Amino acid sequence: MNFEWSWTLTWEIMPRLLWATANTLLAAGAGYAIALVGGLIFALAQRAALGPVRWAVREFVEFIRSTPLVLQIFFVFYVAPQFGMQLSPWTSGLLAIGLHYSAYLSEVYRGGLEAVPRGQWEACRAINMSARDTYFRIIIPQALVPAVPGMGNYLVGILKDTPMLSVIGVMELMHAANSIGSEHYRYLEPFTLVGLIFFLISLPTAGLIKLLERRLRLGLGL
Amino acid sequence: MVRFMNVNKSYGKLNVIEQLNFDVAEGEMVSIIGPSGSGKTTVLRTLMTLETINDGVIYVEGKPLTHMAKGGALVPADERYLRRMRTSIGMCFQSFNLFPHMTALQNCMEGPVQVLGLSKKEARERSEELLHMVGMIDKRDQHPSRLSGGQQQRVAIARALAMRPKVMLFDEVTSALDPEVIGEVTNVIRKLVTEHNLTMLMVTHQMGFARDISDRVCFFFGGKIEEQGTPSELFGNPQRERTKQFLSAVKEAI
Repeated sequence: MNFEWSWTLTWEIMPRLLWATANTLLAAGAGYAIALVGGLIFALAQRAALGPVRWAVREFVEFIRSTPLVLQIFFVFYVAPQFGMQLSPWTSGLLAIGLHYSAYLSEVYRGGLEAVPRGQWEACRAINMSARDTYFRIIIPQALVPAVPGMGNYLVGILKDTPMLSVIGVMELMHAANSIGSEHYRYLEPFTLVGLIFFLISLPTAGLIKLLERRLRLGLGL
Repeated sequence: MVRFMNVNKSYGKLNVIEQLNFDVAEGEMVSIIGPSGSGKTTVLRTLMTLETINDGVIYVEGKPLTHMAKGGALVPADERYLRRMRTSIGMCFQSFNLFPHMTALQNCMEGPVQVLGLSKKEARERSEELLHMVGMIDKRDQHPSRLSGGQQQRVAIARALAMRPKVMLFDEVTSALDPEVIGEVTNVIRKLVTEHNLTMLMVTHQMGFARDISDRVCFFFGGKIEEQGTPSELFGNPQRERTKQFLSAVKEAI
């Protein structure tokens, strides 16, 4: 039993961990960007006029939300090649996590969209606006404000889920810490540091989201 | 200008409009009164294409609104046709429905710029002129949340007029207002009647106002026109029993 904290090791592994932190941030950021757009597409498709489209998207979102992320990551990485798609760990990882969070964000958007009063739609029709302008100029800006807190939660969520990508070999924080541990036969320092790094990233994110929400409200004059 | 021909509208088994035949001439100001549930608001909403009708045809400027001619027959109109027809109709709502994330001026400019394709400069001039007309030019840069109900409704009227409609629909535009600000909205409508040659249809509970400014008043009951006539005929000498009952009930309420 050895609970001694080694500062030498700490400084030695720091550069590698910081490099992995950049990868974690990249994975979370890119995955979230995919989810922001994908979620909007899912949310809008569920309001589409065509019944079968609505149903198919609804079921797809339900399916993604009720199966584990890790399964989806494995699925994209190992099963997609059987359909002729050779994807790198990074590509399949981002695709899987982006899609997964698209499903969650679509629910957040959906709630926001439903919160916009019916009178807003009617006012758009009364000035003869196109469906596209109605959505993008009137409805979505108003739907965004109540959606921001939920969107922020999932930003922290996706960050904390990036370690899942280590299962297919994406060199993010967990993966790096694990390799370091097995190379040095010491896990205390790398895992403690990873925990600290995650905490230091998550904490200000929540504050930034609050700020964003306030700025958005002010910007839209609500 | 506007013609309802044998129009039916129902929600399930409930008939809101029944076999309605109704004409409005160009430049005419018609008020629609009646008890709640008599279908008066639905008449305006079908005309704005916010509701579809089950049966019959509505004509605007001689052209079918909800149907289009195709191979010699009338078929339900598609969205493109509806958008063309909608250009001649404007509407103001009981709850104003201004866009909350835009200033008064932006609310008015939105349609002219995005729908009519006017330049920002033209749209701004047109909107400022109208905001001036409704007495809201000083508040042009305020968001709706900073305006009172009466002020919001005046902006909403300017927004609708900015589209230069030929027919204006007013759906209980004073019902959500505090009594002391009703006058500022009715004065704007009064001004429209005297200075512009708009065709107007107004659903209202303001009997005095309807009596003052209408060319014709229609009393709706059970999805039909029970009685109609000039204000002095309808208010002064109602013929039908239901009209008398309604008018005396309203009078008691005041």
